[in-house]
Amino acid sequence: MSTPDNDVLLRVDNLVKYFPVKSSGYFQKKEFVHAVDGVSLSVRRGETFGIVGETGSGKSTLGRSIARLYDITAGSITFDGQEISQYSQRRMRPLRRQIQMVFQDPMGSLNPRRRVGSIIGDPFAIHGLATGAERKRRVQELMERVGLNPEHFNRFPAEFSGGQRQRIGVARALAFQPKLIICDEPVSALDVSIQAQVINLLADLQAEFGLTYIFIAHDLSVVRHVSNNVAVMYLGQLTEIAPADDLFTVARHPYTGALLSAVPLPDPDLSERREQIILVGDVPSPIAPPSGCRFHPRCPKAAPVCVSTIPVLEPKLGDKPAHVAACHLPMAQGENLADFHPTIAAAQRVIEGGGLLSGDEAEVSTVAAEALATSDTPQPEGRRQ
Amino acid sequence: MSSSPEVRGRHAVKPTATAGAGAGTAIMEPSPAAKKIEGRSPWRLALERLRKDRAAKIATGTIVVIVLCALLAPLIASWVGHGPNQLFVDTGLDEEGNPLAPSSTFFFGTDSNGRDLFIRVLYGARISLVVGVLATLISVALGTFFGLVAGYIGGVVDSLIARLIDVVLSIPFLVIAISIAYISHPGFWLVVFVVGVLAFTYPARIVRGQVMSLKEKEYVEAARALGAGPLRIMFIDLLPNVIAQVIVYGSLLIPLAIVSEASLSFLGVGIPPPTADWGSMINDASGYYQAGFWWYLLFPALALLITTLAFNILGDSVRDAMDPRGAGIYE
Ligand SMILES: Nc1ncnc2c1ncn2[C@@H]1O[C@H](COP(=O)(O)OP(=O)(O)O)[C@@H](O)[C@H]1O
Ligand code: SF4
Ligand SMILES: [Mg+2]
Repeated sequence: MSTPDNDVLLRVDNLVKYFPVKSSGYFQKKEFVHAVDGVSLSVRRGETFGIVGETGSGKSTLGRSIARLYDITAGSITFDGQEISQYSQRRMRPLRRQIQMVFQDPMGSLNPRRRVGSIIGDPFAIHGLATGAERKRRVQELMERVGLNPEHFNRFPAEFSGGQRQRIGVARALAFQPKLIICDEPVSALDVSIQAQVINLLADLQAEFGLTYIFIAHDLSVVRHVSNNVAVMYLGQLTEIAPADDLFTVARHPYTGALLSAVPLPDPDLSERREQIILVGDVPSPIAPPSGCRFHPRCPKAAPVCVSTIPVLEPKLGDKPAHVAACHLPMAQGENLADFHPTIAAAQRVIEGGGLLSGDEAEVSTVAAEALATSDTPQPEGRRQ
Repeated sequence: MSSSPEVRGRHAVKPTATAGAGAGTAIMEPSPAAKKIEGRSPWRLALERLRKDRAAKIATGTIVVIVLCALLAPLIASWVGHGPNQLFVDTGLDEEGNPLAPSSTFFFGTDSNGRDLFIRVLYGARISLVVGVLATLISVALGTFFGLVAGYIGGVVDSLIARLIDVVLSIPFLVIAISIAYISHPGFWLVVFVVGVLAFTYPARIVRGQVMSLKEKEYVEAARALGAGPLRIMFIDLLPNVIAQVIVYGSLLIPLAIVSEASLSFLGVGIPPPTADWGSMINDASGYYQAGFWWYLLFPALALLITTLAFNILGDSVRDAMDPRGAGIYE
């Protein structure tokens, strides 16, 4: 990855995005999905900023809000010095050339009724950048650059394999040579063997064009290799942000700890010795998130303060300013989450809005198999903690 | 397949402390050429299925014959030597001035004015087909436009269009006919327009429903991320995905339009006389067929029945051939 300088390309402050819930009755009070609830982050030029979190934690909503595919509920987005959070779609148009997206579903993000050449030619057509033979030439150039056969421009998306479809998506995003590409789980839908190819392609393109990435994944093992900085997301909020190396050596937030324990280790001996922390219970409803720390109903370290007080995202235990965590009882280095049990009574672990977790459910069990994150992710070689 | 990148030995993912080779780069992507998807074009698939459908073949054959009759009507007329509006006062009526039964001179007999019914039925096919096709084109164009706009824009625009559809659907056909009667010069284009506009509601509803679900697709999101405006998304991204449905329902609208036109003409507010038209011919026959002049009613009615039946059967077959559950052309 290219060396990041201190120049900030994107700054997000207190971003909030709520979706209205279709209410069933006339007299019900209006409810909202708190998909993104006060997220702040900054992304430097040329870096890869990873965002991880379980499905439903709001990663896609965050990415799409930054790309202004949504009108945001509150907060500010400063891109390349411009405050774009309130821009109309019309005003956003020229900026679309600077911020692009690669989507999770390589089939769903390509129009099944249009030929690949015209799909990749869309950026040129929409912004009137090239027509006719010139457009075709540039489309074929892009196809070649992302490792597709340029002769296949006349085919439909269904005639390509999953990995090739994602390359089509990358080519389309690359057409403008944007400053920022938001990759929303670009490899999650791909076979493990193909994931690395697409990740390598993204890395090559970053080096060649000086791109900045926001790289979203639900799986730490994917982001750890590509990211300079990683943010961990839970129920619409960031729980920890850290330089990638720091996060994998000294995770402060118990949620990060739980995610990390699910990442398979290359060394089977080490894997056996380490216990995996399985989070029990479902992710609480984002319509009525838990009070205090949103992770408290599932956290092994949960204490009364966690229920009553919202933790602030700040450096913990003498960490450098770039490493922040939102937790009242951060983990010390070498601490084993499996040794902890919540010090709050089961009855206190009330999820706002209704559901109670029984003591049994709330207990964190230590199981060796079945991980929170999928365990069939590519095995990073020679990487150990 | 040359599109697979060559395997790179270097470590393109972030180097790790004790790393050896790149993570999983050595595995080639399976070439899709191996599992070549045969003729992905849904049209070809549908066409193949249509070819195996006997009812569709018979209907198509019938429609071809009807179209040929319409096209060749002037030629046949000059060959027989009878014009469509020619009055055979001496040879075409009996002593009491009544229509003549079918004979070797008048294949389908004559009407009360002594005109050749056979030639008039042939000419009637022209009106039916042209009105049927033109009106359907109007319905489909209007319906697709309103359906796309309502489905994609949503909100107030959608509500307004939904109300408009409700209003049009609630107007009884007779009211339309009576309204036309008040217009001093009902004629060909008015009929085409009225029949076409009245039927726009069907394709509009279908397109609206399709678009409502299609607009949630990621490729629409992708188009918006590229800066595409609503018009481009509606007509470049969504239209190709609804066109198959539109054609299926369009083919079912043709017989509806033919019957609507015949009904207006039957009520005397359609194609004005003396133009040969099945609807007005049936109306003319109404005072005669009970008195034993069966051919007067039979031939125009049969022509109308066969034509609409053939179009209906073909339309059904087209729908079956493109059925979503049949072969999954709608993902
Ligand atoms: N368009 C939408 N309307 C209503 N709720 C939504 C919408 N998009 C996402 N959500 C909800 O917001 C939450 C976060 O979703 P998402 O951002 O897709 O999470 P992730 O990408 O991390 O899986 C989920 O509870 C999801 O159901
Ligand atoms: S604040 Fe409390 S509940 Fe939240 S992560 Fe830290 S210890 Fe767990
Ligand atoms: Mg997502």
